[in-house]
Amino acid sequence: MENTTAPATLVTADGTPLKASLQRALRQRRRQAFMLVLPLLVFIFVLFIMPIATMLTRSVDNPEVNSILPRTVIALQSWDETTGELPSEEVFKTIAAEFVAGSQPGKKVINKVGKRLNYELPGMSSLFRTSTRKIRRMKTGPYREKMINIKIVGKRWADVATWRLLKREGDPVTASYFLSAMDMRVDSKGEIKSKPVDNQIYKFLFVRTFLMSIGITFMTILLGYPIAYLLATLPMRHAALLMILVLLPFWTSLLVRTSAWMVLLGNEGVINDLLVWAGFLGDKSRLALINNRTGTFVAMTHILLPFMILPLYSVMKTIPPSYMRAARSMGATQLRAHIKVYFPLTLTGIGAGTLLVFILAIGYYITPELVGGQSGVFISNQIAGKFDSGNWGLASALGAILFVFVLLLYAVYDKIIGIDKMKLG
Amino acid sequence: MKKLFTKGTALAALAVAGTLGAGVTAASAETTLTVVSWGGAYTASQQGAYHAPYMAANKGIKIVNDDSASGALAKLRAQVEAKNVTWDLVDMVASDAITACDDGLVEQINPDKDLAAAPDGTPASKDFFAGTLNPGGSNCFIPQIVYSTTFGYRTDKVKVAPTSVCDVFDLKKIPGKRALEKKPINNIEWALLCSGVPKDKLYEVMSTKEGIDKAFAKLDTIKSEVVWWTKGAQTPQLLSDGEVVIGSTYNGRLFAAIEEKKQPIAMLWDYQVFDLDGWVVPKGGKNTAEVMKYLKFATDTQRLADQAKFISYGPARYSSGPLVGKHGKLGIDMKPHMPTNAKNAKTQLLFNYEWWADNRASLDERFNAWLAK
Amino acid sequence: MVGSSSGEPMVRFKGVQKSYDGEILVVKDLNLDIAPGEFVTMLGPSGSGKTTCLMMLAGFEPATHGEIYLNGEPINNVPPHKRGIGMVFQNYALFPHMTVAENLAFPLEVRGMNKADQQAKVKRALEMVELPEMGGRRPAQLSGGQQQRVAVARALVFDPQLILMDEPLGALDKQLREQMQYEIKHIHESLGVTVVYVTHDQAEALTMSDRIAVFDDGIIQQISSPDVLYEKPDTSFVAQFIGENNKLGGTIEKVQKDGTCVVKLSTGDMVKAKGVNIGEVGSRTTMSLRPERVTINPKAKSVPNIVEGTIAELIYLGDHIRTRMTVADSDEFIVKIPNAYGHAALKEGSKVKVGWETEDCRALDPL
Repeated sequence: MENTTAPATLVTADGTPLKASLQRALRQRRRQAFMLVLPLLVFIFVLFIMPIATMLTRSVDNPEVNSILPRTVIALQSWDETTGELPSEEVFKTIAAEFVAGSQPGKKVINKVGKRLNYELPGMSSLFRTSTRKIRRMKTGPYREKMINIKIVGKRWADVATWRLLKREGDPVTASYFLSAMDMRVDSKGEIKSKPVDNQIYKFLFVRTFLMSIGITFMTILLGYPIAYLLATLPMRHAALLMILVLLPFWTSLLVRTSAWMVLLGNEGVINDLLVWAGFLGDKSRLALINNRTGTFVAMTHILLPFMILPLYSVMKTIPPSYMRAARSMGATQLRAHIKVYFPLTLTGIGAGTLLVFILAIGYYITPELVGGQSGVFISNQIAGKFDSGNWGLASALGAILFVFVLLLYAVYDKIIGIDKMKLG
Repeated sequence: MKKLFTKGTALAALAVAGTLGAGVTAASAETTLTVVSWGGAYTASQQGAYHAPYMAANKGIKIVNDDSASGALAKLRAQVEAKNVTWDLVDMVASDAITACDDGLVEQINPDKDLAAAPDGTPASKDFFAGTLNPGGSNCFIPQIVYSTTFGYRTDKVKVAPTSVCDVFDLKKIPGKRALEKKPINNIEWALLCSGVPKDKLYEVMSTKEGIDKAFAKLDTIKSEVVWWTKGAQTPQLLSDGEVVIGSTYNGRLFAAIEEKKQPIAMLWDYQVFDLDGWVVPKGGKNTAEVMKYLKFATDTQRLADQAKFISYGPARYSSGPLVGKHGKLGIDMKPHMPTNAKNAKTQLLFNYEWWADNRASLDERFNAWLAK
Repeated sequence: MVGSSSGEPMVRFKGVQKSYDGEILVVKDLNLDIAPGEFVTMLGPSGSGKTTCLMMLAGFEPATHGEIYLNGEPINNVPPHKRGIGMVFQNYALFPHMTVAENLAFPLEVRGMNKADQQAKVKRALEMVELPEMGGRRPAQLSGGQQQRVAVARALVFDPQLILMDEPLGALDKQLREQMQYEIKHIHESLGVTVVYVTHDQAEALTMSDRIAVFDDGIIQQISSPDVLYEKPDTSFVAQFIGENNKLGGTIEKVQKDGTCVVKLSTGDMVKAKGVNIGEVGSRTTMSLRPERVTINPKAKSVPNIVEGTIAELIYLGDHIRTRMTVADSDEFIVKIPNAYGHAALKEGSKVKVGWETEDCRALDPL
């Protein structure tokens, strides 16, 4: 019974306030719990959060011009790029000095700027490389005149666009990687425009990646659902065998599987040979099943199938057979019982499987690379390509866009089904 | 032999970039040099011509081969970013070396100080082929070999033997699949040559949008029949399997398929594109002094000539040419198989590093867009 | 009580056998008639084949051999949804993604009934189980007892003539279970439907059933009304399974014309018993004797059978003292001694006489 006249603060036997005492007891337990998960936290932070943060940072990080030509950046602030006139001799003098400073033997950094600017404006790379040699030989001014007259490339120093670019990219933070990732660029007048149609690729690849991932996810549902159902309903002995078949792709090296697909799907592969042998196809009209979209589709469906089957299976396993029997006893046909009773109960499994497969699919790289040919590559293949060619900024921007999409999907899933309901086998 | 980057590694390297602290130093009395190269026959040729004799002469040195040269630029970048450089010497194609040099990933080289002079006393800067020591204005690259990208075809599967690179673009004369490298370099040049652009106007035309449009239009005519390769070993394999009737690859790969494996393949040398492959020294390596000693030995006249005993690539020094002898195992004279041999080099192109450095990024983009659609 | 005497049976099992693996028969040879309106319970330990019989009747398991008839029609090839049998499952099998009302409407909906009729029927069914306000809830929001009622209502809502119940009360606590037993019995009586009920709880079976079929090892050991089953078990298994039972082993010495036999106990004592299920003279038998029919310290000659035993344990249970004794070959011989004056003097370890009427001691098959 509650005592209505109790004092405002309860105290323990020794007189400490009860709340403080409780706090202390809980704090100790919290500290122990924290120490237990600390290794995991450190692990996640170092290997998961930090790389993602680094990636996100790199997608806007723009240190080259700012750190290698800092005085030029300052000097260009007072230059009005809208007039269409070249910067003053002072600016040319400053940049010439920084060219010399940035090309000291053993500390040559100036070409980094050229490479960076070349992403925005082809020709910057050779401009910087050639200019370095010439500028190092200039002992006196006028630098503007001398630089403009450098053979072949000098005309770029006379182009206002070059200076606009330098001024714009002098900002230590840039949106140009993100613009590029959306097939846009800043033109010579400083306006944001779409890239020429021939150069547009990322939006197209994002859309393809999404559409194909949707298709692959759908296929895994179509193929995985009956298998998961069998797994959940067959007697243990048969189910175990089937489970091994399902998990086999997990245990097989990707290279072995790739070879298997080539043997199966190749132009001279088993399927084509069979079709030709059976007379469905002429020898000249063999189907292109690999090194194209079909190849990616088939191979990825195969690889991702277990990720659909396992959550489905784990959900189906929890559905007692009595539900179906109850429905049947009440007069529902097998089909109706499945549609009205069984299927709705597996929706959380389908949701979890779909989320898992779709997220894995849109980030998939190795399979499209190996069997996708040209028409079957994904955005991740471009991301990898950008990493290889050293354009980490663009690679990070593309990665960041993909990352945001995944987060959005996750949020949508949470809204519709609820993350807490996710079962992953 | 060129770039085929194992793409995941760059990402993985990025992931660990922040975590790896100080590197591990070989604590043994013996110095171990980690040399990164292309693996297979190529590494074997370096082992035979450079590593084995150097180790025999220097007891304290152990050379370990690392076959990760494909993708080396991305990996080297990750190592330098992480300040944990574990490689001592890296084999790269010239264009990657230029990038590595620009980005400050590799050491600068002073040829006359760091490299051996020719036997007749000609300094190294004069003995290496003109312009090969500082391609694209970089000073970090020591060429070993001149190799070429050229065509091989199935002698038993073509009705008429191709005689010109333009036969690749002629579906009537040479029907069937053809293998081309999955990048714009070389393909654009060949397409324009076969669209009637004279060789000396090539890069001028390529610098215009119309020129590039023209090249892609030409490529469009064979697009459906092209199998795109990314690794030098693919074309010989595709040829052997009969998946393609003609395809481009590095001349050494074709030599191996023709002379060592006795495949029914023949060379088409027309408009082969010369490129260079050589060494760069990673910045921040742990055995830089030892590596420089080794490099002086491994790039001297005799060593470069010796490499041709094992593989059909041409040594990059003038003085090495006359010393090229017979293949170590097959016993055949290697001179006619050198891309630099006068008979093979009647028509040829030299990879234009400067132009491609400027236009690679934007053309890659367009090329990828063209491929994907 | 509705008898199984007249008219055509509603359900008939005729020579039904069932095997899952082709090696072991889980139902050996089932012959059973169930009359319309009857409440028949299939009782037996787990693995005795009772649930299998129910599943065959519902159509979820095919009979390996033999025929099952419903209203005179063979139904072996009739799929479950066309049998029109209502069913209540062990864990109720209420569809968790539907509300209570949707659950109840399900059998009506699949029959194509219009919405208004469905609603009326659902309402009536909910009223019948005294849950009129619960239609909008989800099964998970109901208590176990409420779920049970909904399950019963759902099985009844489409007016089937036959209801099958598979251990429907197994998940409830004891008090609720007893209450539900009466409610189900009440519904059965008021609606006049036929119920086939499966349970392993003999008290439940005794409480509810018109007839009980006791299953063991795939065979119906005995099928009778509860009182007959308790008082006149045919086999040792039934005697042992239904109610509390004392068993005494012995050898048949003599069989009299009136069916009474003389049995020699392991101590050499001779007792008389009613011969029910016995072999030749000289063969073994197990006698069954209910604890409440045993008197302790009977007056000499007051009962025909008196033997001596040793008290092993006394358990005070308020209204009576449960006494475990060693009598002849049984050290689990239970006697229920009314808590009346005079019996308080019993001590553990002391020797006492126990006695019984010959009629109350049934000589059955040897265990």
